[in-house]
Amino acid sequence: MPDDKNLNLSPEPSDRIAKTTCYMCACRCGINVHMKGDEIRYIEGNRDHPVNQGVLCAKGSAGIMQHLSPARLQSPLKRIGKRGEGKFAPISWEEAMELATSWLKPIRENDPKKLAFFTGRDQSQALTGWWAQQFGTPNFAAHGGFCSVNMAAAGIYTIGGAFWEFGSPDWERTELFLLFGVAEDHDSNPIKIGLGKLKDRGIRTISVNPVQTGYSAVADDWVGITPGTDGLLIMSLIHVLMKTGHIDLDYLMRYTNAPWLVIRNPGQSDDGLFLRDKDNKPQVIDSKTGRPVAFDKGGIRPQLKGEVKNKSGLIAVPSFMLMVEEWLDEQYSPEATEANTGIPAARVYGLAKSIAEAAFSRQVVIDEPWVDWKGERHEQMIGRPVSMHAMRGISAHSNGFQTCRALHVLQILIGSVETPGGFRFKPPYPKPAHIHPRPAGKADQVKPNTPLPGAPLGYVLSPDDLLVDADGTPSRIDKAYSWDAPLSAHGLMHMVISNAYAGDPYKVDVLFMYMANMAWNSSMNTRGVIDMLTEKDPATGDYIIPKIIYSDAYSSEMVAYADLILPDTTYLERHDCISLLDRPICEPDTVADAIRWPVVEPDRDVRGFQSVLLDLGARLGLPGMVDADGKPLYADYADYMTTHQRKPGIGPLAGFRGKKGDKAGRGEPNAEQINAYIEHGGFWSEELPENARFFKMANSHYQDFAVRMGFYDKPEPYCFQIYSEELQKFRLAAEGHGKIQPPEHMRQQIKTCFTPLPIWYEPFEGSAVDANTYPIHALTQRPMAMYHSWGSQNPWLRQIHGHNPLFIPGNLARSLDVQDGDWVWVASHHGKIKVPVAIMEGINPNTVWTWNAIGKRRGAWQLDADAPEARKGFLLNHLIHELLPMKGDGLRWSNSDPITGQAAWYDLKVNITKATASDNPVIEPDFPILAAPPNMAETPKILRYGDTIIATSKREKK
Amino acid sequence: MRPAASLIIFTTLSGLGLGLTVLIGLGLLAATSPEWVIIHAAVSLGLIGVGVLSSTLHLGHPERAWRALSQWRSSWLSREGVMAALTTIVLAGYFLDHLISGQARPWLGIILSIMSLITIYSTAMIYASLKTIARWHHILTPVVFVVLALAGGCLLAAALEGLAGNPTIALSQWGIGMIAVASLIKILWWNLAGSKGSGSTPETATGLGALGKVRMIMPPHSEENWLQHEMGFVVARKHALRLAVIAFILAAIIPLLVLGLYPHSAALLVLAALVHLAGVIVERWLFFAEAKHTVTLYYGDQH
Amino acid sequence: MTCLPSSTEKKLGLVIDLDICVGCQACVVNCKEWNTAGYGAPLADSDPYGAHPTGAWLNRVHAFEAGEAAKARVVHFPKSCLHCDDAPCVTVCPTGASYKRQEDGIVLVNEDWCIGCGLCAWSCPYGAREMDPAEGVMKKCTLCIDRIYNTHLEEEDRVPACVRTCPTSARHFGDLNDPTSDVSMLVAERGGYDLMPEQDTKPVNKYLPPRPRPRHESEDVDLVSMAKKTTPKGFWKWLDQALDQLPG
Ligand SMILES: Nc1nc2c(c(=O)[nH]1)N[C@H]1C(S)=C(S)[C@@H](COP(=O)(O)OP(=O)(O)OC[C@H]3O[C@@H](n4cnc5c(=O)[nH]c(N)nc54)[C@H](O)[C@@H]3O)O[C@H]1N2
Ligand SMILES: Nc1nc2c(c(=O)[nH]1)N[C@H]1C(S)=C(S)[C@@H](COP(=O)(O)OP(=O)(O)OC[C@H]3O[C@@H](n4cnc5c(=O)[nH]c(N)nc54)[C@H](O)[C@@H]3O)O[C@H]1N2
Ligand code: SF4
Ligand code: SF4
Ligand code: SF4
Ligand code: SF4
Ligand code: SF4
Ligand SMILES: [Mo]
Repeated sequence: MPDDKNLNLSPEPSDRIAKTTCYMCACRCGINVHMKGDEIRYIEGNRDHPVNQGVLCAKGSAGIMQHLSPARLQSPLKRIGKRGEGKFAPISWEEAMELATSWLKPIRENDPKKLAFFTGRDQSQALTGWWAQQFGTPNFAAHGGFCSVNMAAAGIYTIGGAFWEFGSPDWERTELFLLFGVAEDHDSNPIKIGLGKLKDRGIRTISVNPVQTGYSAVADDWVGITPGTDGLLIMSLIHVLMKTGHIDLDYLMRYTNAPWLVIRNPGQSDDGLFLRDKDNKPQVIDSKTGRPVAFDKGGIRPQLKGEVKNKSGLIAVPSFMLMVEEWLDEQYSPEATEANTGIPAARVYGLAKSIAEAAFSRQVVIDEPWVDWKGERHEQMIGRPVSMHAMRGISAHSNGFQTCRALHVLQILIGSVETPGGFRFKPPYPKPAHIHPRPAGKADQVKPNTPLPGAPLGYVLSPDDLLVDADGTPSRIDKAYSWDAPLSAHGLMHMVISNAYAGDPYKVDVLFMYMANMAWNSSMNTRGVIDMLTEKDPATGDYIIPKIIYSDAYSSEMVAYADLILPDTTYLERHDCISLLDRPICEPDTVADAIRWPVVEPDRDVRGFQSVLLDLGARLGLPGMVDADGKPLYADYADYMTTHQRKPGIGPLAGFRGKKGDKAGRGEPNAEQINAYIEHGGFWSEELPENARFFKMANSHYQDFAVRMGFYDKPEPYCFQIYSEELQKFRLAAEGHGKIQPPEHMRQQIKTCFTPLPIWYEPFEGSAVDANTYPIHALTQRPMAMYHSWGSQNPWLRQIHGHNPLFIPGNLARSLDVQDGDWVWVASHHGKIKVPVAIMEGINPNTVWTWNAIGKRRGAWQLDADAPEARKGFLLNHLIHELLPMKGDGLRWSNSDPITGQAAWYDLKVNITKATASDNPVIEPDFPILAAPPNMAETPKILRYGDTIIATSKREKK
Repeated sequence: MRPAASLIIFTTLSGLGLGLTVLIGLGLLAATSPEWVIIHAAVSLGLIGVGVLSSTLHLGHPERAWRALSQWRSSWLSREGVMAALTTIVLAGYFLDHLISGQARPWLGIILSIMSLITIYSTAMIYASLKTIARWHHILTPVVFVVLALAGGCLLAAALEGLAGNPTIALSQWGIGMIAVASLIKILWWNLAGSKGSGSTPETATGLGALGKVRMIMPPHSEENWLQHEMGFVVARKHALRLAVIAFILAAIIPLLVLGLYPHSAALLVLAALVHLAGVIVERWLFFAEAKHTVTLYYGDQH
Repeated sequence: MTCLPSSTEKKLGLVIDLDICVGCQACVVNCKEWNTAGYGAPLADSDPYGAHPTGAWLNRVHAFEAGEAAKARVVHFPKSCLHCDDAPCVTVCPTGASYKRQEDGIVLVNEDWCIGCGLCAWSCPYGAREMDPAEGVMKKCTLCIDRIYNTHLEEEDRVPACVRTCPTSARHFGDLNDPTSDVSMLVAERGGYDLMPEQDTKPVNKYLPPRPRPRHESEDVDLVSMAKKTTPKGFWKWLDQALDQLPG
C-alpha cells in the first residue's frame, strides 16, 4: 500500500494572516498574507475585498519574490561618479534629507517652479499633488500623460468619468459586452471576474483589437481592426444605429445635452456655443410652448428638433440636429469606412445589429422607484444592457481623445450609461469636468515661499483656464495646459526631460522623480533621453538638468541617472492609503478605500517615500506640514493618514471616522482608524442605497448619498456632454476669437481637431511618414504576468516572460521568408532594432506586436548581464520618438494627441526586413552594461523558497 | 530524448557484460586456467557493475537506489534492477564455484545465460514499454538490445580466447553470425520502429483539432525547462544519417572484417571489440537522440 | 505500491474551461507559491537571476493557435497532472514512490522514496512531471492534497490553490466519479474531453472546448436596407413619429 503515513493532509498553513493591499499594479486587490514566523508562507486574494473577491493574479501571487528581490536598494545613495556610471556612496538618511533640503530650499525661496516634481506610477497622488501645491510649483504630475489621459479626460469631459477605476460594465445584467483595445487594463482582476460571469450567463463578448490574445482570444467575436481607426468604426456604428432609429430618444432628452441649443453664427465669436439665459444656463426648446427655457426646468419636455431665433435674428438649434447632420453623412457609412478600418461593411452592420438588438429588444427593468434631479419620480430603472470597456488601444493614439469621446457618445446614444445592464460608475464618480477644479499654476500664482492657490492638476473649461502667460508661453515645464495640450488633465510627464534639457519653456534646477523608469521603458526615444540626462552644459560644466533626486525601491535603469537616491520600502513594509481623494477602488454598488501597513519590517536602511516626503516638507517648512512653531505636524505617513484633513471632517481615509470610529465619509479624525482598517481586513466599504445605484448623474438619492460621503458639498446633477462646448471654445480661439490666442502655426490643427462632436482623423505618425516606406503598424501589449519593467526582477515571473519575440502575421512572414526564431530588422522614421520573430495568424495583416517592457538593460535589476531579458528582450521605445518627423513648415510636432498631449505610442509605423543570422545574436541596440549600486544583495544560484518554512513545519509536527 | 552519457554507458556496458555472460554460461568461452576464470569474472562482472553504477549517476538520489528493487511487479526498471542484481550474484557464484571446484557447472551456466538474457530484455523494456516514445515502443526494440549484446559478447569472447592463446574459429563464426543478425534487425527496427508515429498530434494533445491545424504560439516559459532539456532534444536528420553510417561501420563492418580475415589475431580482435563498443555507443546515442516524446507536441512540434 | 488501484472511490480532478481561460498565468504562479512551502521539498529554481532561469513548476499555461489565416483562433491552454486512471507514471516507477491513492485517485510522489530516475516523467505523455533542480526528486501536481482536506482552512477554501485564484473561474475542482457533481455536469453539458485519448491513460481531468465562434453576426438584411434607404428627410420623419410615441 502507498505510504501515506508521512502525508499530512491538514498542515497549519500559517500562524497568522495579515490582510493588506497588493501593489503589483494599479488594481489594488485585497490580499491575505499568511505568515509563518517571520517568513511569508503564502499570499492569496481576500475573499471579502470588493475589488478582487478572493482571486489573485500572477503578479500578486509572485509578491513574495517581489518583496524579497535582491534588486532592492539598501540605503540612501549619493552619486560620486558621472551620471550613468552607477557610482554611488551609501549615505545616512539624515545626510540625504539635508542634501535634498539644501537643494530645494533656495528654489522655494526664489522660484518654486524650478522644481519639477513628477511621480510616475504613484498611488498616493492626493499626497504628492498636495505637497507640490504647498511647495508652490506648478510642475507636478504623475504618469497619466504617457499612459491613458485620453481615455480619462474624454470620459470626464463627456460622461463624467471613464472606465477602470471610474466605472465598469454591469456584469450581472449586461446582454452584450464590447471591448476596444484592452489587453489587461488597470482593472485587471475585476475584468477577468466579470468575463467569467458573462461566460457563465452565456453573454456575448466582442473584442475589437488588432491582436487576438487574452481577452480577445476568449471573445465570442474578434474584430481585428487596423490600428488607429476605431474612431471610424465607432462612428460607422453610430451612423447605422441612428439611421435605423436605434437610439434612445427619451434618454437623450433627459440626461444629455442633445436638446441644448447651439448657436449657429458662422464666423462670429459665439458660433457653436450654447444659447444661455440670463443666469448663464444653457437652454432647450420646451415642446409645449416652442420657447427656449433653461435646460434644468422641471416638468418640461425638451425638443430634439427645431430652431429658435432671438430678437437679433440669431439662430440656435438643438445640438442633436448637428449630430444628425454629422453622423448621417455618407462618409461614415460602413461601405465608406471599410477600406480604412479593414472591417468589411457587412460586419459593421452585423455589429450594429447586435448592439441594437441587445439594447432595444432585451431592455432590463429593475423595480426600484427613484426620484430624478428635477424631482420627477420613476417607478422603475430601465436599462439598455449593452456595456463597453476600452483602454489604451484606442487611447494611445494621436486621435485618441476624439475616439474615446466617440465611444462614450455611442454608449450615450443607445442610452446605456448608468443604466441597468450598461456601463456603471464607481463612486465617487460620476464627476464631470466642471465639478473638478481648474488647474492652478498661472504665472502670477507661482510665487516664492507661497503655496499655489489650488492643485496643479485640474480640468480646463476654456482657453481662459490655460496655464500660459500673455505671450502664450507655457507656465509648466511639461507645457501641460498650454496650446500644445490644452486638456492635458494628467500633465505630460514624458515631455519633462526633453523640455528641461532644451530649456523650453525654461530651465529647472531640480528634477525630483518617484517610481518612473524614465531612462528606459517609460520614455520614447530611450537613448535620446539617456543623452539628455547625461549631457553637460559646456559653459558651466554642470549637467544641463542640474540635480536629479529619485525614489525607487529597486535598482532600475533610472537609478544610475540620479544624483540622490531615496530608497523606498516594498509594499509589505509600509503604510499606504488607497484614498477616495485619489484613484479610488470602489465598485459600482460599493464605496471603498483601503490601506497598506507594515506586515514585515524592512531589513535595510530604507523608508517609505510618503513619510520621507512629509519629513522633507517639514524641513522645508511647507504650510500644512509644520505647526506654528515650525515643528513637523506628522510623525510619518500613518499619522498623516489618520489626522490630516483636507476639509473639516474629510481626510485621506473615509472609513471608521469620528471619535468612536462609527462614521463614514465625513467625521472627525479617529486615532484608532488604522487599527480599525487592519481589523476589518485592510479595507473599508459601504454599500450604496438600492435606489442610488443607477442614473447617478441624475439620481437625487445618489446625489444625497454623495454629499453625505463628502464627494461634494452640494448635489451636483448634470447632463452628459455629447456636444462639447469646451472644445468649441478652443476652436473659436483658433479662429481668432477671444483674448487668449494660440500661436499662428497651431491654428489650423486646433480648428481641425477640436471639434465639439467627435471626429476621426488619421493618426499623425501615419500621415507624417510615407505609407510605402513604413507600411506596418507596430504595437505592444501588456503581458498579464508582468508589470512593466519591475516584474523582471521577479525570479518566478521572469521564467514565464524572460524575453519577447516580435509577433508577425503569417502573410508577412511568408513574404519575408522568415520562420519562428529568425531575426529581423524593424525600422521606423526614428530608429532601427534587430529582434527575433514568432509567427501568428490572429493579427491584423498589417500589424506586428510584442510584449511591453520585457527588454532590460544589461546590469540593471540585479540580473546577470547575459540575462535573456537583455540578450533577446527588447523595447519598441527605441523606435518611437516624442516628436514626429519634420513637417513642410520645418517644425517637428509632438507625437501626441493634440488635445490632451497623451503620448501616441500606438501610432508607430515601421518596415521589416530579414536580418542575416549570426550564431549568438543579441538584440540591437545593445547598451553598455550598467553598474550595480553599492551593497546590493547577492543573487543565489539556486533558490529554494520555503525550505526554512518546511523545516519549521516539520519540527512543529514532531 | 537527451542522450545522457550515464544511460548510454549503462546500456552499452552492461549489455556487453551480459552478452559475454550468456556465452560463458553456454560454455562457449572456456577458461583454460584459474587465472582465466578470474579474468573472465573481472571482465563480465566489471562491465555489468560499471554499467549499473553508471546508471545510478543519473539518479537524483543514488543513495536510495536500493529502493528501485522493490517494484518488480509493475516496473521494468525495477525488474531490470532485480535481474541485474540476481544475475550478478549468480555470476559471482558461478565463478567462485568454478574456482573452488575446478570446473564450471553446466546446469548453472544455462541458468546464468537465461538470467542474462532476461536482464538484457528488461533493460530494453524500460524503453520499449514507454508508449510516449513511439520509436522505442516497438516489439523489435528488445530484440535489438539482445542481439547487439550477444554480438558484442561473441566478439569479446573471441578476443579473450585470442588473448588466452587458443583462438577457436567457432566463436568468430558465432560472432559473424550475430553481427549480421544484429545489423539486419537494427536496420529493420530503423525502418519499422523509426518511422512509426506515436499516433498523437498537436491536435490530439490539445483536443483542438476541430478548430483546425494546431500550432503553439507561446510556450509557457521563455527559457528551456527540465522537460524540454530532457525530452526536447532533437538531432538533425542529416546528422542522424551520418551517425547511423558511422555506427554501422564501427559496430558491424570493421568487426566483421576482423573476424572474417584475422580470426587468429588477438590484438586485432581486442581492437575489433573496442571499435564495436564505440559503434554501439554511437548507436545508443542515436537511439536516444532520435527518439521523440509526445510532450514535444506541446512545445511546437508538429507530429 | 506502483500497481494501480483497480478502482478508486472518488476521482478528484480538475475541469478546465478553454472557452474562458485568458492565459493570465495566475494559476501557475499561485500554485508555485502555495506548493513551494508545502508538500515536500521546495519547488526550486536554478539560476533564478541569471542567464538561464528555470525551475520546477506543477502547472503551466501554453498558448496555441488553431485554424488558418483569418479564421485562426488563439487558445490559452493550462496543463497540470491529469491524475490518470491508468497512470503509466505510477506503474513504471521502480521504487513505489509514485502512487495513486485508492480513496480519491490522486496521483502523488512520496519524495522520501523517490530516487529521481525520471522514468515517470518519460512515461507521462503530457509533461506533467518536472524534476526538482535542487532536491533531485520528481515534482508533480498534488491536486493540493494539503488544502482540499485541510481542516485549518475555511470550507470554501478547501480547493486547489489554482482553482481558488483563477480570476475567470476557468478551473473547476470536484469528483468526476460522481455523475451529479458540478464538474461531471459541466463535462456532460459542454462536451468535456480527454487529452491524447490514444495514449490510453484515461485522464481524470477534463477540458471543456472553446465554444464555437459566431465569427460573423447573422446578417440582418432589414438593418442594412433600412440604413441604405434612409435619407436625412426620412430620418426626421422617423424622429417625429418616435417622439410622438414616447410617453409623457
Ligand atoms: N499585467 C499588467 N497589468 C497592467 C500593466 C502591466 O504592465 N502589466 N500596466 C498597467 C498600466 S500602466 C496601464 S496604462 C494599463 C493598460 O492597459 P491596456 O490598455 O489594456 O494595455 P495595453 O497593453 O496597452 O493594451 C492595449 C491593447 O490595445 C490594442 N491596440 C493597440 N492599438 C489599437 C487600436 O488602434 N485599436 C484597438 N481597438 N486596439 C488597439 C493592443 O493590441 C492591446 O491589446 O494596464 C495596467 N495593468
Ligand atoms: N513601448 C511602450 N512603452 C510604454 C508603454 C507601451 O504601451 N509601449 N506604456 C507606457 C505606460 S502606459 C506606462 S504607465 C509606462 C510605465 O513605465 P514606468 O513608469 O517606467 O513603470 P515601471 O516600469 O512600472 O516602473 C517604475 C519604477 O517604479 C519602481 N518601483 C516599483 N515599486 C516601487 C515602490 O514601491 N517604491 C518606489 N519608490 N519605486 C518603486 C520600479 O522599480 C521602476 O523603476 O510605460 C510607458 N511605456
Ligand atoms: S491585479 Fe494582480 S498585481 Fe494588480 S493589485 Fe490585483 S493581485 Fe496585485
Ligand atoms: S488562472 Fe484561470 S484564466 Fe488564468 S491562466 Fe489559469 S486557468 Fe487560465
Ligand atoms: S498526467 Fe502524467 S503524471 Fe499525471 S497521472 Fe497522468 S501520466 Fe501520471
Ligand atoms: S523519479 Fe521518483 S517517482 Fe519518478 S519513477 Fe523515479 S523514483 Fe519513481
Ligand atoms: S491542484 Fe494544486 S498542485 Fe495541482 S496545479 Fe493546481 S495548484 Fe498546482
Ligand atoms: Mo500606464
